[in-house]
Amino acid sequence: MAIPGLSNGGGEVRTLHQFHGGVHPLINKTQSNGTPIMVVKLPSKLVIAMNQHAGNSAKPCVEVGQRVLKGQAIGLPEGRVSSAVHASTSGTVTAIDHQVVAHPSGLPDICVTIVPDGLDEWAERDGVDYQTTSHSELRHILRKAGVVGLGGAVYPSDMKLDAHKHKIKTLVLNGAECEPYITCDDLLMRERALEILRGAEILRELLQAEEVLIGIEDNKPEAIAAMRAAVAAEQHVAMEVIAVPTVYPGGGAKQLIRVLTGIEVAAGVRSTELGVQCFNVATAYCAYRAIAHGEPLLSRIVTVTGNVERPQNFEVLIGTPVNELMALAGNKSDTKGLIMGGPMMGVDLPDETVGVTKAMNCVIASSPALFPPPAPALPCIRCTRCADVCPAELQPQDLFWFAKAKNFGKAQEFHLFDCIECGACAYVCPSNIPLVQYYRFAKNEIWDRENETKAAELARERHEYRQFRIEREKQEKADRLAQKEKAAMAAKQVAAEVSAMTAGNPEASGDDTLQLRIDAAVERAKQQAAEIKPANTEQLTAAQQADIAEIEARRAKIRELAHPDAKERDE
Amino acid sequence: MITALLVMLGIAVLLGTVLGFSSIKFKVEGNPLVEKIDAVLPQTQCGQCGHPGCKPYAEAIAKGEADINQCPPGGEEGIQKLADLLGVEFKPFGEGAAPKAKSVALIDENTCIGCTLCIQACPVDAIVGAAKQMHTIIAKECTGCELCLAPCPVDCIIMMPIEGDISTWKWQYPVYQMAVVK
Amino acid sequence: MTEYLLIIISTVFVNNIVLVKVLGLCPFMGVSKKLEPAIGMGAATTFVLTLGSGASYLIQHYLLGPDLAYLTTLSFIVVIAGIVQFTEMAVKKTSPALYQVLGIYLPLITTNCAVLGIPLLNVQAKHDFVESLLFGFGGAVGFTLAMVLFAGIRERLEGADVPGIFKGSAIAMVTAGLMSLSFMGFSGLVK
Repeated sequence: MAIPGLSNGGGEVRTLHQFHGGVHPLINKTQSNGTPIMVVKLPSKLVIAMNQHAGNSAKPCVEVGQRVLKGQAIGLPEGRVSSAVHASTSGTVTAIDHQVVAHPSGLPDICVTIVPDGLDEWAERDGVDYQTTSHSELRHILRKAGVVGLGGAVYPSDMKLDAHKHKIKTLVLNGAECEPYITCDDLLMRERALEILRGAEILRELLQAEEVLIGIEDNKPEAIAAMRAAVAAEQHVAMEVIAVPTVYPGGGAKQLIRVLTGIEVAAGVRSTELGVQCFNVATAYCAYRAIAHGEPLLSRIVTVTGNVERPQNFEVLIGTPVNELMALAGNKSDTKGLIMGGPMMGVDLPDETVGVTKAMNCVIASSPALFPPPAPALPCIRCTRCADVCPAELQPQDLFWFAKAKNFGKAQEFHLFDCIECGACAYVCPSNIPLVQYYRFAKNEIWDRENETKAAELARERHEYRQFRIEREKQEKADRLAQKEKAAMAAKQVAAEVSAMTAGNPEASGDDTLQLRIDAAVERAKQQAAEIKPANTEQLTAAQQADIAEIEARRAKIRELAHPDAKERDE
Repeated sequence: MITALLVMLGIAVLLGTVLGFSSIKFKVEGNPLVEKIDAVLPQTQCGQCGHPGCKPYAEAIAKGEADINQCPPGGEEGIQKLADLLGVEFKPFGEGAAPKAKSVALIDENTCIGCTLCIQACPVDAIVGAAKQMHTIIAKECTGCELCLAPCPVDCIIMMPIEGDISTWKWQYPVYQMAVVK
Repeated sequence: MTEYLLIIISTVFVNNIVLVKVLGLCPFMGVSKKLEPAIGMGAATTFVLTLGSGASYLIQHYLLGPDLAYLTTLSFIVVIAGIVQFTEMAVKKTSPALYQVLGIYLPLITTNCAVLGIPLLNVQAKHDFVESLLFGFGGAVGFTLAMVLFAGIRERLEGADVPGIFKGSAIAMVTAGLMSLSFMGFSGLVK
């Protein structure tokens, strides 16, 4: 359905579209968006995880005891899908070991711990002019600077910026921030709009896109005004700030693309195939800082809200322990736990001491009053309210049915992997069933089984090759033995002839027998030469002859180049 | 009486000819079912089923000589998959054939004498080494079949259970409190 | 022309061979756990029944006549057995997976009371050749329809919260009974 009338202030009237479903939870953003961003000073230590992004973990490139500068790389990208990790401030590396990380499992992973020295000394950094630098160089800078998607997926941004694969018409900047409680993008847009737009220009250049559309939900009027003012102030061409209706999950990439452009990115299709690429506004900001100022991704805005005295947004260095951050916000005594992310899609933080990661956009302190424990679940009554609100147009009740019965084949048939785990279905379920837990479980199980099948395939191949190798060794041994037998037989024959000759002629001189033996040896040598004659030099096919002619021509050329004045050698 | 016999004979002869021709025309070579069963088995080549490898076990199942619950590394899931494939009833493991935790072998390098007996035993060539040189296990390729433990003359190989870490962690089956109606 | 249409409607819905006439229950219960083998079984039975009806009519009308009427059942069984053997060979060649999944139920089509019942019903109703063929074909289509519906329901039942006592065959029987009830609603559609 199209909503006419939402204009960009002076231009044509743009038609927006609607995506299927969506819910309207309580927004709860006013608690934390009233105060400006507070820059957090140096914490007591920084615990920086090596796995801060999708793809392979970064590999540590520093040693314990080494002094590092602010912005110095402490982890280098490994493999194609990977990114770098940097020291958020100057200090000494005190440990490279397994620490608990901000992951729902609560398991440890490799982290580099740095104790700041208080000097905040920068490493050498240099900005470049994006208009005169080559695209591949710009992408390389982004990869080295650790710029990843800050909307939550933390996918290395340089991998999304290759213009050669598809023609990109529209670059969408995602400032929607649809999840309740979270306001980090809101404040970033209010305070640093100019830099976000400069970053957008860099992204547009890399993608060779025609237009830039910035989608912001209409519950953020200050941010919309600030961004529009910035567009006008720096006179950005073909860039438009669009206020989209507030609905959860309007900030999902496919959903926002649908609203702004009307394009429906179907299941299994990437948005780039349809000419659209989507980036978060914070990613654009970091891309600008990395390219224009040479600053790697060292900090991010984190919303701290919920059961705290002073809910607000902080600019936090990556690796800051969460408990120190909570202390700054004034964690109340009846807080029972912390949620990383928002109330719809967030996960429980296993430990308060984990370091802030690039993916952490919000920390909510939960108390029994604010987040009461979930009511006991009732059986599914197939009311299909969940299907009514699913933004991906799936059938959540069927997916629940199959995930519960562990019927993973059917779950995949019903497009389980198109679920974006937004939680809208669980939000409306009248039976209080934790639907998203089932989908997460099913997805993990399916991946696990696929990995097992692949490993079994590999093991089978190795086993079959081993059988083949043993057979081949047996065959070679048999051949060798056969040859030895033949040689032994020939030698015996000669010896027999010699003894026959000496037997029949006792006065025969040694010379005669010698001659006989020489003859026999010559005969043997000829036989051996005949046997190791190269196979098939006579009946050559036309293609083989052409190959040989080519090789000979090349040899002649090389010989000429090597010895220009030597004569032609006979072959 | 005679006509009855002749009629039945006639029908029989006709059917026999038709069936004879079709049996030649529809002859099936080999047994593609064996491949399908082999694809389901976990390929550890451990021999716990009593057959020298997964392919021979698959062939035995296809012939109907072996039961489907003989493969501990496949687990209960493997039995279920075999049951679905063959259209037979699920059968649980017998006594003492329950699957163990996944593990990989580890050679104690201080004790290894370089005799290559374990290399010859490994069904997937996961052991690297040469005569009088150090032997070591390629952990990624080891299937945990334990066939290398027996041949080692100095007993330097042990099985280490694979610990779960953050890369192998997965969400568990949700267990939540259901409402109780009093 | 209308009689042929009426025969089809009658055999598929009104006098559905499995749910109303209650013949051929063995493969109905045995092969309906999953949808694909159910469809395969239905297809095989359609082939056997159509051919069988036609061949049985020819044998009964031309070979046996009124004198050798006592050989009817015997010759029908022999012909059906031969056709089933042929079908088995064809299935084994074209789809080994289906062959394996159907298992023992494929040769058991020989003893399927529906497959013998329909030719005998044809004799009783004194159908001519085309009517016999259609009766056989329609009966098999009704059989396939019932099987496919039942297999679909049983697949869903696997994930459902069935009370422990009812799990497995019990709930399947209850479902079959309910399906039978619903198909009896067609009675009176065709006289």
